Amino acid sequence: MTAVSGMAEPLVLRADRPFWRRNVTLTVVLYVVLVLGSLVFVYPFLWMIATSLRSLAGVGSSGASVVPREFLWDNYVRAVTSFPFWRYALNSVLTTLIPIAGTVFSCSLAGFAFARLRVRFAGVLFAVVLATMLLPGEVTMVPQFMLFNNFGMVDTLYPLILPAFFGSPFYIFLFRQFFARMPSELADAAVVDGCGWFKMFLLVYLPLARPAVVAVSILLFMGYWNNFLGPAIYINSDRWKTLPLALAGFQSVNGTDTPLLMATSVLITVPCLLIFFVAQKQITNGITFSGGK
Amino acid sequence: MNPLVGRLRNLAASWGVPDVLVPLVPFLLLLIVVYAVIALVAYTARRRWPRADKTIAFWLFVSPWLIGFCLFTVGPMASSVYVSLTSWDLITAPKFVGLANYAEAFRDPQVAQALKVTLLYAVISVPLQTALAFLVALLLNTELPGMRLFRTVWYLPSLVSGVAQMVLFLWVFNPQYGLMNDVLGRVGIDGPGWFNDASWALPTVILMSLWTVGGAMVIYLAGLKDVPSNLYEAAALDGAGAVRQFWHVTLPQMSPIILFNALTGIIGSLQIFTQGFIANGGPKDSLLFFVYYLYDNAFQNFRMGYASALAWILFVVILALTAVTLRGSAFAVYYETELSRKRRRR
Repeated sequence: MTAVSGMAEPLVLRADRPFWRRNVTLTVVLYVVLVLGSLVFVYPFLWMIATSLRSLAGVGSSGASVVPREFLWDNYVRAVTSFPFWRYALNSVLTTLIPIAGTVFSCSLAGFAFARLRVRFAGVLFAVVLATMLLPGEVTMVPQFMLFNNFGMVDTLYPLILPAFFGSPFYIFLFRQFFARMPSELADAAVVDGCGWFKMFLLVYLPLARPAVVAVSILLFMGYWNNFLGPAIYINSDRWKTLPLALAGFQSVNGTDTPLLMATSVLITVPCLLIFFVAQKQITNGITFSGGK
Repeated sequence: MNPLVGRLRNLAASWGVPDVLVPLVPFLLLLIVVYAVIALVAYTARRRWPRADKTIAFWLFVSPWLIGFCLFTVGPMASSVYVSLTSWDLITAPKFVGLANYAEAFRDPQVAQALKVTLLYAVISVPLQTALAFLVALLLNTELPGMRLFRTVWYLPSLVSGVAQMVLFLWVFNPQYGLMNDVLGRVGIDGPGWFNDASWALPTVILMSLWTVGGAMVIYLAGLKDVPSNLYEAAALDGAGAVRQFWHVTLPQMSPIILFNALTGIIGSLQIFTQGFIANGGPKDSLLFFVYYLYDNAFQNFRMGYASALAWILFVVILALTAVTLRGSAFAVYYETELSRKRRRR
């Protein structure tokens, strides 16, 4: 900013000449910081991919280099064949997609009720929802295990799937916020048409809440796909292991076969990367309304 | 397993229900019974008070959450209080021992170590993460060409999470072949043992946690975009430079978001588990995070009573730390009210 002391001038300047054209030194400094920082952040990521393509000998000699001198795609072949990868992947998919559907259904329903059906005790109940948001899951971890043990569900996928159908306070809160912002004339119109409440929710409100549903689903995907504590508690047999649990077991048994470990890590990360690149905008949306506003 | 559940399962199996679905049968039956009762109540209420359809709809809509709340939160919490007063290995009957579990927890040196490690992690990593995420967001909020690419690059690492991240960083910080010590070696520094060194293990986990600040950074970025530009213009008119604009506009406007993220960060950091698990508690229990110790007691040693007592101790710690943060931040957070928003618009 040069010697501008006039009242309106900074605004005019801001409008037609971006600051990076005005202050070249600052721009250069910013770019240097940005590039160096980006390098630090992305380097381990690149290194993971480079390592996953090396031979065991190559890993020992290449140190910090990310230059791929060899392309051993065989590591990926080994990753999916040397242990029942597809079995684990299926378990991971089951314990991700079904809970997403369950959470979206139960939470949007409850969120809608809290936003649009203002009846007696609704406020009190919503306060309870908010309070349970602060409750750490670890307090109920042990007794929940006993509950599922009583139902004979230990070492099945059910303990990882069923709770999702009973709502989660954080997402109920998100859906409530979203529905509360929709115009209430929608409801009036639907009532005049003789629509029942459930029909109104399903046919009028839920389709309009699509951005929220997509954003919540993506957030949930990242959470469920990478869930480790749940499987670590409930799953013992090889048959029901999810990918993160399998990778953890793999790390402790084959901890020295680094290329294989990295290839498996890359494979686990790929679905998240794909979703990120396909749905970048929706992720930003979701983050905007999950960010405590 | 509950004997009734066992009988129902045998029945289901004899009726030809596929093996995979058998464990589900008793649970589904319970759910059907619960919803039959709810439907009956709703139907009767509808007949008696035809105009209360809104109330009935409300309770039906929240019923999944309400049932889950009773079944997975209230019920377990209540039973957790009782179990924490017993000695129980899941096989033999629970034996009432009074407060012995809590007394043991206070004497147990590993509990002290777990609390120390976990609290240190929370107290150091959360402020660092918050500050770094916020600074990066500020940097990425400038309107330089190519910023979209930089944003993607800084966010990317937070997609590598949980076990995959830990597996990667065990290798990044490998003292012999790892990325870190090779880089340090090139500038003439003899790198430490990182995860293998009891005094370095925790700092290493904290360092590693900074790699994934992208998640919080995006939240701040969204918040920064929402700061009304007329506030900046007004400040500029009053002669405030970039620094003063930051202190008097950006920071107050962002403070509720920072607080929210710091709070969820604290709660999340106290629940850290995966890193401790993969590192087996670290050398000399240096990564014995509380939840990992709890897990170890409950699901490796099957000391359900002791683990429940530990869970309650964790609960109190989280509650206390949350309260302290809320109290300490009350003076520093600016909450925009409807009134002030309207006033500004005028």
